[in-house]
Amino acid sequence: MFEVAFSSLWSRRGSVLLTLASLTISMAIVIGVEHVRAQAESSFVRTVSGVDLLVGARTSQINLLLYSVFRIGNATNNISWQSYEDISARPEVSWSIPFSLGDSHRGFRVLGTNSQYFEHFHYGDSEALRFAEGEAFSDVLHAVLGSEVANALGYELGQEIVLSHGIGNTSFVNHENLPFIVSGILAPTGTPVDRTIHVSLQGIEAIHLGWQNGVQVAALSPEREDPRLSELQPTQITALLLGLDTPMAVFGLQRAINNYPREPLTAILPAVALGELWQIIGTLESLLSVISILVLTASLLGLSTMLLSSLRERRRELALYRAIGARPFFILWIIELEALSLTVMAAVMGYLVVTAGFAVTQSWLSENFALVIDVWPSTAGIWLYMGGAIAASVLLTLIPAGIAYSRSLGHALQSS
Amino acid sequence: MSTISIENLRYTWPGSDDPVLDIAEFRVAQAETVFLRGASGSGKSTLLGLLAGTLTAQSGSLQILGTELATLSPRKRDRFRADHIGIVFQQFNLIPFLTVAGNLRLVARFSGRPRRDITEKSEHLLESLNLDPALLHRRADRLSVGQQQRVAIARALINEPELLLADEPTSALDTDARDSFMSLLLSIRDISNCTMLFASHDRSLAKYFDTEVELANLNKAQARQVSHV
Repeated sequence: MFEVAFSSLWSRRGSVLLTLASLTISMAIVIGVEHVRAQAESSFVRTVSGVDLLVGARTSQINLLLYSVFRIGNATNNISWQSYEDISARPEVSWSIPFSLGDSHRGFRVLGTNSQYFEHFHYGDSEALRFAEGEAFSDVLHAVLGSEVANALGYELGQEIVLSHGIGNTSFVNHENLPFIVSGILAPTGTPVDRTIHVSLQGIEAIHLGWQNGVQVAALSPEREDPRLSELQPTQITALLLGLDTPMAVFGLQRAINNYPREPLTAILPAVALGELWQIIGTLESLLSVISILVLTASLLGLSTMLLSSLRERRRELALYRAIGARPFFILWIIELEALSLTVMAAVMGYLVVTAGFAVTQSWLSENFALVIDVWPSTAGIWLYMGGAIAASVLLTLIPAGIAYSRSLGHALQSS
Repeated sequence: MSTISIENLRYTWPGSDDPVLDIAEFRVAQAETVFLRGASGSGKSTLLGLLAGTLTAQSGSLQILGTELATLSPRKRDRFRADHIGIVFQQFNLIPFLTVAGNLRLVARFSGRPRRDITEKSEHLLESLNLDPALLHRRADRLSVGQQQRVAIARALINEPELLLADEPTSALDTDARDSFMSLLLSIRDISNCTMLFASHDRSLAKYFDTEVELANLNKAQARQVSHV
């Protein structure tokens, strides 16, 4: 049976190999698109992990997520230091990470936070942040760089960098007199952390020392040994990440924060908000999936066409099987088997093409696009697509196989 | 018991009003060799199709080895053909892209006979048909036409059929090849005692057979059509 199918395919290898190539390419497209989509979704949804509540000034949950986690856009309002201390002191809170945003350095956002950040901020499957070099900040004027920042700007451990007030590539005024020292560089995470410069909350205040009404006053600008540095006390933060002792307490605390009497606040569950945000930007991915499925369908129709046009040259071969005792079902099955083996081969080769492609480009993708992609695609969606393609090929091949079957039903005994 | 027994058999192609075949009586005894002479279009292929069971007649009786073919299910008819009937055509007897051995194994597949049986018999059968057993591993379309026709005999006989149907098996061969093919075909009577029905338009071949039958005399449908003219 297999001997017949494979020898038959081999004897028509010209058109068969072209069909196989077309099937392989479309399989690779489908698998590749689905793999990147799944990976993008999972790395997106896993941008934050282990954080039970995300708190900011009253706003929509997507807006809060965008400015605090993805560092896109700006906060509409801040949280007072008093509220931060109140909420952090609540009994159900296990840890709290303050975020203070609003400044940038050569296009990269500066995040003011505390040492809890390096301990409790997780991403992916509860992976903690790791230091590629150095350690967390231990001084007001220390900075920890995300991997992409260090890479793009060529910064090294111990280097002095100047942080500016405001957001943008070139600020009007840089605080040349108050450079920060790079104390650590984080390993790549594939999340916005890679594009962030982390300093202490006091560090953020230090950037703003000497500013009055949006103008830098030279006389007030601090020097490195300025005694004011050690007394800096933040007055407000942008967002707050909370970890709870028991997950059950999340909804109660969320309600309490949303009804916080002293200022209007919003508490959201990051996973829920991430899912909602993905729904919005996932439309593009759906479009890509649809296109790749159409490409695959075209290839499968090509396979069916190839088999259909081969029936003419195989007329005598198929009649001969019948003459020597084959049932009509054998004729149907032999054509199905040819389609099946081609589709399975194409699925395997397409998979290997995708794997090889990502194996070659993996480090390039992660360095240039912060896109961390597994080499071996293995999501359920991919197996579903492969299985679906094989099932579709069996169905579409029923057209040529059915025609051959019905032709073989009653015919005079002749082979010429 | 006759190997072939036909009574009042009538076959009309679907969509046609006139029967193409109408045979009152035709019997072939066991181990008899019959030369069936008929021009092309005389209903020869139709008769062979009915005998092999790829066609079934609308009326009348056709028994092979005492089995009424029309009463068998299509599936059993196919199996009956694989088990009891060997067929040699004018040309295109072998699946071109399979080896000789692969072609012989196909018979095993359709008759449900163990592959090992077939493999063991292959070499011996090729030798008795004056073929080099090394040909077993050559693709069928790499053989000469004469070799292909001899492999076709091997394929038809390997299952030890009771009935061998041959449809113009020599018309693609030149005279020398034809004569050696015929002597081979008849020599198989030494290794197998199967009944043989040899259909051809070439009357000069009739001398090799026990009985000669003129299809035109047998087929009333054909006679009637002639009388129309």
